Amino acid sequence: MGPGSGPACDIVLNTALTDEERRRFQDTATIRRLLAASRTIAVVGLSTDEQKPSQFVATYLRRHGYRIVPVTPRGGAMFGEPAWPDVASIPFPVDLVDVFRPAEECMAVTEQTIAARIPAIWYQLRIPAIAAAERAAAAGLAVVLDRCTKMEHGRWTGTLHWNGMNTEIISARKPRLGG
Amino acid sequence: MPHTRQFGFETRMLHAGHVPDPVVGARAVPIYQTTSYVFDDTDTAARLFELKEYGNIYTRIGNPTTAVLEERLASLENGTGALAVASGMAAQLVALMTFLDPGDEIVASAQLYGGTVTQFTHTFRKLGITVRFVNPAVLGEWEQAITPRTRALFGETIGNPRGAILDLEPLAALASRHGIPLVVDNTFATPWLCRPLDWGATIVIHSATKFIGGHGNSIGGAIVESGRFDWSTYPSIAAPSPSYHGLRFYETFGHYGYLMKARAETVRDTGACLSPTNAFLLLQGLETLSVRMERHVANARAVAEYLRDDPRVAWVEYAGLPDHPQHPLALKYLGGRPGAVFSFGLRVSGDARAAGRRFIEALQLFSHLANVGDVRSLVIHPASTTHQQLDDTELARSGVAPELIRVSVGLETLEDLLWDLDQALRATSS
Repeated sequence: MGPGSGPACDIVLNTALTDEERRRFQDTATIRRLLAASRTIAVVGLSTDEQKPSQFVATYLRRHGYRIVPVTPRGGAMFGEPAWPDVASIPFPVDLVDVFRPAEECMAVTEQTIAARIPAIWYQLRIPAIAAAERAAAAGLAVVLDRCTKMEHGRWTGTLHWNGMNTEIISARKPRLGG
Repeated sequence: MPHTRQFGFETRMLHAGHVPDPVVGARAVPIYQTTSYVFDDTDTAARLFELKEYGNIYTRIGNPTTAVLEERLASLENGTGALAVASGMAAQLVALMTFLDPGDEIVASAQLYGGTVTQFTHTFRKLGITVRFVNPAVLGEWEQAITPRTRALFGETIGNPRGAILDLEPLAALASRHGIPLVVDNTFATPWLCRPLDWGATIVIHSATKFIGGHGNSIGGAIVESGRFDWSTYPSIAAPSPSYHGLRFYETFGHYGYLMKARAETVRDTGACLSPTNAFLLLQGLETLSVRMERHVANARAVAEYLRDDPRVAWVEYAGLPDHPQHPLALKYLGGRPGAVFSFGLRVSGDARAAGRRFIEALQLFSHLANVGDVRSLVIHPASTTHQQLDDTELARSGVAPELIRVSVGLETLEDLLWDLDQALRATSS
């Protein structure tokens, strides 16, 4: 997905991470691979309020073909899927856990993700869950920290750019359709 | 391939915001001269209107050609994003209206473009917004003018018309201490010479009509934001929006909440959008910005030195000259090259206004018009044109003397420019 065969540009804006942390937890190849290969995404902390960021992200991702699995202790159902109280309760395979919870709750989510053998975890923009990210990386998971799934999808498919945002993508290569 | 490259200014000047089209492969930026965009389906249309989907609805709100200009300017200013609008004046209005409410105040430099002073003084008054003007060179004046209702500081990197240099770093620190944004008009400097966001400013605005377009063919403006300001205490950005089902722009969009608000509400409602063809023309100019600015500042310095050494000239206000009181600021923020627009005063014994008119009438190469930042050299006598709507007090506060001539030095052969000035000075004094 995205322009060219893999642009070499560095994405440095809009993050609280240090350069070293960015290299470990915002690797563009990892981000692009997760967005291209994931099919089922568990959204932890998905709000029922339609104007909340988690709803914006989940609505967007569902529209772009991902199966959204709501994870919230409130129960109920969203996007045609029953909500599960936590990651450990999900009875089927998940490709990616997308976390919308405060940093102090992220370690518990991470442990459940590791125990469920889910291969990737993504802590949303402005969630500085460094310790949880370290734990997930040590357990061999693919990890993204302090980035937004929706914005990254928009960045690499060229649509975030339509809002005049600085995507930091520089490439003279013609994107491959469907690539 | 290592994913670590941070590309240079000139590379981004040519490539930022535009990868070749995946179908056609067009290398130049395509002009999408369209008012509106066909929706995929009704669901998508609904999500677009709720801002839950990235996409194009109507060119008043966004356009793919304009988006290239926006992202490119954001990249060059090291901003999180940008919004292009109809003019520099529109950029200013949209940038400020997006976060101001009636009863709010801003503190602004008194040495601003005359049109800005008029907009702030008269149009903003109608909106219930008060602007306090201060001497930009005195930090204490800025500080004293700040009240609990102050919502922003505003200045020009290089003031119009006398070229005062804004001391960005302490001003940004002052704004930060008060939790308010520093808004900087960077038109005269361009991001090639100065990037105010790097010095702590929150918002940069441009009249893209000037050096960015550079060729005097299109009016346009732009707003760039740093993405680093905490807008949570600004109700216009942080509170639920009645026109978007209670959407909180800052909470939902984070570092681009301000720009989304500016686009989806302020420009939507004021209609101050840029034409796609003008966006294309401005982009054509932007692609050679660094090359043009190098020659602009070289010619400007040579012209300033020539005028300084000429006994028919009373004074030259160009902070690029080492004896100018603000030369240290020009060195700090602009590499000693404070643009190509500056003023000088004719040495006259009698009627200064009449002498100014004689000088302008005698010029053969400098175009007499109300613009700056063209590839051609331009000249104006502000007291009788751009600043004529200001009363005597406002005129004095803006630093405009009756003998003041403003030049925007272009890219003509330098010797030809000096010849023209010499013969016009001769005609003025005879």
